[in-house]
Amino acid sequence: MLRYITKRVFAMFLTLLIIATITFFLMKLLPGSPFNNQEKLTESQRYALNEKYGLNDPVPVQYINYLGKLAQGDLGYTFQFDGRTVNSMIANGMGPSATVGFEALVFGTLVGLILGIAAALKHNSFIDYGAMVMAVFGIAIPSFVFAGLLQYYVGVKLGWLPVAFWNGPEYHIMPAFSLSVGVIATVARFMRTEMLEILGTDYILMARSKGISKQAVIIKHCVRNSMIPIITILGPMAIGLITGSLVIENIFAIPGIGEQFVKSINLNDYPVIMGTTLFYSFLIIVIILVVDILYGIIDPRIRVAGGKS
Amino acid sequence: MEKLLELDNLHVSFQTYGGEVKAVRGVSLSLEKGESLAIVGESGSGKSVTSKAVMRLLPNKIGSIKEGAIRFQGKDLAKATEREMEKIRGAEISMIFQDPMTSLNPTMTIGKQIMEGLRKHQNMSKSEAKERSINLLKLVGIPNPELRVEEYPHQFSGGMRQRVVIAIALACNPKVLIADEPTTALDVTIQAQILDLMRDLQDKTGTAIILITHDLGVVANLAQRVAVMYGGMIVETGTVDEIFYKPKHPYTWGLLASMPKLNADSKELLAIPGTPPDLMNPPKGCPFAARCPYAMEVCLEHMPEATNVSSSHKAACWLLDERAPKVEPPEAAVVGGAR
Repeated sequence: MLRYITKRVFAMFLTLLIIATITFFLMKLLPGSPFNNQEKLTESQRYALNEKYGLNDPVPVQYINYLGKLAQGDLGYTFQFDGRTVNSMIANGMGPSATVGFEALVFGTLVGLILGIAAALKHNSFIDYGAMVMAVFGIAIPSFVFAGLLQYYVGVKLGWLPVAFWNGPEYHIMPAFSLSVGVIATVARFMRTEMLEILGTDYILMARSKGISKQAVIIKHCVRNSMIPIITILGPMAIGLITGSLVIENIFAIPGIGEQFVKSINLNDYPVIMGTTLFYSFLIIVIILVVDILYGIIDPRIRVAGGKS
Repeated sequence: MEKLLELDNLHVSFQTYGGEVKAVRGVSLSLEKGESLAIVGESGSGKSVTSKAVMRLLPNKIGSIKEGAIRFQGKDLAKATEREMEKIRGAEISMIFQDPMTSLNPTMTIGKQIMEGLRKHQNMSKSEAKERSINLLKLVGIPNPELRVEEYPHQFSGGMRQRVVIAIALACNPKVLIADEPTTALDVTIQAQILDLMRDLQDKTGTAIILITHDLGVVANLAQRVAVMYGGMIVETGTVDEIFYKPKHPYTWGLLASMPKLNADSKELLAIPGTPPDLMNPPKGCPFAARCPYAMEVCLEHMPEATNVSSSHKAACWLLDERAPKVEPPEAAVVGGAR
């Protein structure tokens, strides 16, 4: 197990290096430069700024310099504000981003599980069809469409919830809900399929033949085992939330990393683009690793297979 | 002897898209205390459905008991509520399934799966139930039960898993054990071990067994009485000796003839030609008439009544009518030569 994790961590750094390289050169291919838009600057001022941030060096030299700092965990300075590090910007943005993502994940998983279980237990009924139609919409319609609709109807027309910004718990509801729609739909569909399959297995009949009540069999044998594939998709789903939050944060003006990321691309703020990309990549790789380990813990068959090899 | 379980004119149907499948059509059977009864027949003859009907574990919504009674210790299980059935399942009547590879929950330890029934029916504490589980595993011949009780099903071989399933079924000392093809999924050497185990446990516990199988070798090994099912009906019942040595129904002859024999000259495996009847539109007369080499006109039109051959032996066939021509069973159906 330890060897496995070591190998995975090594692979993680290699992946990050590749991502850093690709992002760096792609970013340099973008037209414009960080200070081009600031028309008040004179030519010499602009030259001085470029010199200060090392942008007059040849690109390969910039690349080597960047990697050198990156190895020390230093993501550089932003061009937007004087003297602010990218590290501190990510640290500040993390809070709201993680909060919205976590709320969406927990809420979405819970609601998805309930819908999926209800649909499976009432197979081929109104509840089943209703839940599955909702699931199709939830998967097909992007979260920002829900976000816009919520802002307009719940925020503007009804005035029940604040349309944007991040000043307290009531500001979480709409962004977290918009983000969770996809999660609800995916979890509900997986749970329904898996529950239906497991309800038809011999071991459910066996459990019933022991005299265990139907409810207890469903909870102890069926739901528990149906959760295994849910754990597997939690990883990709968490990733979906992270990437989804890029847009959602922007729509709701949440001061999270996603918002900074989008803004940094518009402003050609190279260090922030690099920093946030690497941070997101790191997050995604760690989530995949954690899910792989979790999977083995929950399913005993996989645990032993891994232990022996 | 005391009748423990009695099926009286049981009818079971399934609602499918194509229509109503009449899987069991008037089965009457009785089981005495401590007895072992085998129900034999080919696939689709209604043997498993009969046993699931007794447990009231027919698939919800589509399968239902249409008619008849299942009397168990004076109570009609066909009319029992779900709550009443929960008290009977596992405690009074329990079941072993065909495939031990799929009948255990893969994510639950063996011990927990045995303890479930004990905790429910006998209100045992966790430690008592665990101790009893270890004893049960010892009883069914699993080595190192103290360690293995904590293991998961995938850590057991097929034969060992079937022993675990038997331990689960016997956990609460049920009066009736329904074994639905308990050895079909196992290889031959393991089959013999499991049959030995079941016979041994029956001697020890006095549990009555209903053995459902298509394997006449298994029947000879374990059963005292046999019911032969065909097309959702019982066509012949009798003691093992009567069914093997004095069979009266042409279907039983066919079954016996299709059993591979070591001493037979023929190199071919004999089969009964044709296929079982369509139970969506069951035949008016004898279900076997279409495949029966001795079928008469009356067979196609009228279902024969069960005729008493002896006090324990009954067969439902028009050949047993006094007006019918005398027919001898074919050579191949004679077990162990002349008797």
